[in-house]
Amino acid sequence: MSRQSKHVQEYCLTVIIWTAATMVAIPFIWFMSDLLWNGWSQLSFTFVFAAPRNAGREGGIGPILISTMLIVGVCMGVAWPMGLGTALFLSEYTRQDHVLGRLIRGSLDVLAGVPSIVFGLFGNALFCQVLGFGFSILSGGLTLACMVLPLLIRTVEESFRVISREQRLSAAALGLSKPTTIRTILLPAAIPGLLVGGILGLGRAIAETAALIFTSGYVDRMPESLMDSGRSLAVHIYDLSMNVAGGNPHAYATALVLVSLLFIINFASSWIAARWTSCNQLPT
Amino acid sequence: MISSSSNISSRSKGDFLLSWSVRLLALTTGGLLLLVVAFLFHESWPALQHIGLSRFFSDPDWYPTDNSYRLTSMVWGTILATTGAVLLASPLGILSALFCHFYAPPLLGRWYRHMVELLAGIPSVVFGFWGLVVLVPMIGRWHPPGPSLLAGILILTFMIMPTIMLVAHTSIAHVPVAYIHSASALGFSRWSMMWHVILPTSKVGIFTGILLGMARALGETMAVLMVCGNVVQTPSHLFDPIRTLTANIALEMAYALGDHRAALFMSGLFLMGLVVLVVCMAEALRHRNIYVATK
Repeated sequence: MSRQSKHVQEYCLTVIIWTAATMVAIPFIWFMSDLLWNGWSQLSFTFVFAAPRNAGREGGIGPILISTMLIVGVCMGVAWPMGLGTALFLSEYTRQDHVLGRLIRGSLDVLAGVPSIVFGLFGNALFCQVLGFGFSILSGGLTLACMVLPLLIRTVEESFRVISREQRLSAAALGLSKPTTIRTILLPAAIPGLLVGGILGLGRAIAETAALIFTSGYVDRMPESLMDSGRSLAVHIYDLSMNVAGGNPHAYATALVLVSLLFIINFASSWIAARWTSCNQLPT
Repeated sequence: MISSSSNISSRSKGDFLLSWSVRLLALTTGGLLLLVVAFLFHESWPALQHIGLSRFFSDPDWYPTDNSYRLTSMVWGTILATTGAVLLASPLGILSALFCHFYAPPLLGRWYRHMVELLAGIPSVVFGFWGLVVLVPMIGRWHPPGPSLLAGILILTFMIMPTIMLVAHTSIAHVPVAYIHSASALGFSRWSMMWHVILPTSKVGIFTGILLGMARALGETMAVLMVCGNVVQTPSHLFDPIRTLTANIALEMAYALGDHRAALFMSGLFLMGLVVLVVCMAEALRHRNIYVATK
């Protein structure tokens, strides 16, 4: 190949790669600025705290924020202890290559890939019908708990695994029992991982729509108990844009609230993760 | 794992309690997958019994109220939208990853990566909403009606590109520095280095990313539901409205009863099988990758 054509080739590739990068960046900037532009003008103190009126065209998202928090609260309240227990089992009570541990890990990997709408079907069948919770915040939260468990367990287990062997050996040499080792050595060292896992799970739960539309339902009133149906922010956006004519302005504002919440969550988790890696290095 | 089971103190009541409760929790979460599959089977059993598998593909059309249950056009909708999105998002994702590593100035590269990470975290319903109010009217002006296979493909591309890009980015970062140094020492041009050194070394990782993106596109519900028009038909060109399997479940689950409901669970089961197959392929590839790297 001549020197000339090599130069041409090199030049073309540079152009192609910069074009591809721009083609990704432009829609992103367009999307974000559109959301900010149209959402910001609708956003106000009353919008965040008032109740929706006229199917959401007027008023605010107060009860919807509360329902979202309750759904996510139920989800994390169930998923967090279960995830912690499973991660403890996987990292402290079985060998890495043990059959049971591998089976559990494999099943969680598959579960992580199951589409959210399938979790919705499952939640509808189990929680709403068989267990008789109906369309309720409880059903929605439990369905989401099943969905975020794989992600949570993987992060928490990883945070136990990176604790150095010396710390465990020292604990064993001091004759500490396993519960004491876990309580006083492993848990404190793994706290950042537990937080990051929890925050990632939270983010996934807040963003979810498909698993909620037929488990926690559509009702936009202020929930009185966990057995009431409640609408989450994501479901509110869906309902306003698809089923309510003239609902777009408020859908924009709700989308802005949701995306801002997720960005905060995202930053919090990467901040903790960054601090964690800088603190966790052993002095050399 | 450091076992302290030989400790005298480990025979305490607390240890016993903790070890069994942890075991119980682990078995519950491990059994969750079986529970999901069992419930889907249980709920779709009436459909298998009364309708039978073959009728899902041989009935005249999808009119569940008239006892006609053809899923073919929805299967086509899912396959076409996913294929289109993967075909568009893969080159974009791979090229962006290369851009971050070899073309962008370091600061821009870092910002670009953060941007893609943010993009990966945006909920599908927000993408769907944006598609509905911005993209669909634009396509409608160009070639009516607007809600179409094309809109679905574009939104899905936007959603799975981050997955593909981030996985490709990680696997390119894992190419040993010695390879890159040797390539420059041999006087490789940037193009030959990428084509002959970087891409062959990281191709397993890149392919894993594409499979994960594909799994996401197959299971995506809200975004396609909002931009695709949801007409039950096999599309003949890009501007035809389509309905995917996922959208069909989300739309009809609210009022479905009896065999209709069972048929929806049946399609959920089918969808889950498809996605699990893709995820397993990706997992198998990833393990092979680790094996090759440590050898």
